[in-house]
Amino acid sequence: MAMAGEKGRGRLLVIAVPYLWLLALFLVPFLIVLKISLSQDVIAQPPYSPVFDIAGGWAGFRDFLSQLSLANYGYVLSWDNEFIAAYGSSLVIAGVSTALLLLIGYPIAYAMARAPKGLQPMLLMLVILPFWTSFLIRVYAWIGILSPEGFLNQGLAALGLIDQPLEILNTDLAVYIGIVYSYLPFMVLPLYSALEKLDGTLLEAAEDLGCTPFKAFWTVTFPLSLPGVAAGALLCFIPAVGEFVIPDLLGGSDTLMIGKSLWTEFTVNRSWTASSAVAVLLLVLLVVPIVIYQNIQARQLEAGR
Amino acid sequence: MAADKARTQTIGAVRRTFAPWNDPTATPLIRFENVAKRFGEFVAVDGVSLDIYEREFFALLGPSGCGKTTLMRMLAGFEEPSAGRITLGGQDLAGVPPYRRPVNMMFQSYALFPHMNVWDNIAFGLRQDGMPKAAIKARVEEVLALVKLEPFARRKPHHLSGGQRQRVALARSVAKQPKVLLLDEPLTALDKKLREDTQFELMDLQMSLGMTFLIVTHDQEEAMTVADRIGVMNLGELVQVAPPAVIYEQPATRYIADFIGDVNVLETKVVTAGAEGVELASEKTAYPLHIAQPLDAAVGDTAWLAIRPEKMRIALVPPAHLADNCFEGVIWDIGYLGDLSIYHVELACGTRIKVSQPNVSRLVERPITWEDKVWVTFSPDGGVVLTR
Repeated sequence: MAMAGEKGRGRLLVIAVPYLWLLALFLVPFLIVLKISLSQDVIAQPPYSPVFDIAGGWAGFRDFLSQLSLANYGYVLSWDNEFIAAYGSSLVIAGVSTALLLLIGYPIAYAMARAPKGLQPMLLMLVILPFWTSFLIRVYAWIGILSPEGFLNQGLAALGLIDQPLEILNTDLAVYIGIVYSYLPFMVLPLYSALEKLDGTLLEAAEDLGCTPFKAFWTVTFPLSLPGVAAGALLCFIPAVGEFVIPDLLGGSDTLMIGKSLWTEFTVNRSWTASSAVAVLLLVLLVVPIVIYQNIQARQLEAGR
Repeated sequence: MAADKARTQTIGAVRRTFAPWNDPTATPLIRFENVAKRFGEFVAVDGVSLDIYEREFFALLGPSGCGKTTLMRMLAGFEEPSAGRITLGGQDLAGVPPYRRPVNMMFQSYALFPHMNVWDNIAFGLRQDGMPKAAIKARVEEVLALVKLEPFARRKPHHLSGGQRQRVALARSVAKQPKVLLLDEPLTALDKKLREDTQFELMDLQMSLGMTFLIVTHDQEEAMTVADRIGVMNLGELVQVAPPAVIYEQPATRYIADFIGDVNVLETKVVTAGAEGVELASEKTAYPLHIAQPLDAAVGDTAWLAIRPEKMRIALVPPAHLADNCFEGVIWDIGYLGDLSIYHVELACGTRIKVSQPNVSRLVERPITWEDKVWVTFSPDGGVVLTR
């Protein structure tokens, strides 16, 4: 029993470390944001009220609770404001981007998985290589490419394909280009790992039983890569919904995304409380896909065992 | 009992007389004509010519890397021959993709589709042919009954045992009623008992389906059990093609004698050779060696005497009429296998030969033991003389 107790304590310690990490750096900050979202704006330091004071005791706590309200959520979810439209637009942009990423990423991942084994580490390296440069710099670089006097327009003009520079920068198109470019590795890597594991004899079996290679792809390869498709799609979709840098740098003034709205609410309108409510609602919106993603991950882990 | 009687009248009768390879008028179903396959510098299959007949159970036997699997994959269409041609029922298979060949394969790994249940796995090939739904249902049920897997139709492959998976793979590959069923090491993953049972089931299945089976295996017992004929391969070449008993009792070369079963191979010189038999002389024994086998060889030629351990008798006293076919030696080691004992006998020259004796009585104390002086004898038709 003593041994088991010791072993149990050791195990508890090992498990406790990541949980404490999550508690301190995820749950506590989230609770703070949640609390602020239920507060009211005041011109003070900090710029919201009530402020919880431990000295107030039990009565102070009840008083504190009674001052919390859902008013900010009413404000954010009111049709008069653009937040609902921004949520919707973010979902659409993230959804379309994810579809584009899948269309571009799947053939890349497929080709990588089919490449000679010796070549695959180098191809993987090439996919990961852009991470060696700052994300912000890479997005800035797209301004240089897409601007009216940028490389793309200059190149097309030099080829005689256009007379007038194309209006790409500061449009939704530039946002799509930016998201697809930036998130491509997050799509390719899970797809590659799903496709790379695929047993080649399954395809031979399919052909042996009368499938053309094309049909074998759709009846065997694609269904078996679906966990990778789901992982890649969610890995791109979830952060793309809350994306701020790309729409801010590449998008136009009419590009509506919730990350930008949140930024504006926080810095321009100086409303900590309303922007906290926006953040909490964004999290609620993404909980469903995050849970799906976690499920797929868990199932894959189990299948791998 | 009635079923057993029917069996002797059908399967037994067919098995006893089935030998189309001896019939000059029979047309082979599959012909390999000088087929070769090279992967870069490596020659996997080197000029193999082989005829396989309809309803035959043919085994390709050889060590790993001997080219047997490559030969089978060329028939399935997964590899194209570098030279030569393969015909099936008279049709040249060159350029015919795997999905248009009337052969199906059972893979060593089974290659069951993990995202489909047993039913869908078996129906897979039928669906590719655009068979009507009702016909697919009937056929899948028929095949499921054949392999006794009806209760597992809705299970996914990873919820089945190894033996059940093997049955699904078999069912899937026979569902389309191919002209030829290819079996790539089909029983390797099963444990010994199950493997032996399954070998006999495979034979019965092949008989009742009336299909041609081509099995690739490195397990000589398996090949000898199931096959009508065995083709032994080594280094990309087909060394001997013959029924199991011929392969075992009259191996064509020392390689085959050594590869199939246990054997003592002794280098000898030909003393006399003729139509009735051979007399050999060996440094291993003072006695002349007489073998009842016609041999075309000159006096003084080197020949090898191959003799199986079970074809020799061992005794503690010299035989009464000692004239020939005898080795004298001392027991070096004994392996007790229960049913057999294997005696390692060291001859005067230091060579060790193996002799096996069935343990016919339940005596726990063996009469022959370590360092006993023994006489090992064999009859003139017990050994075989090889010149290669």
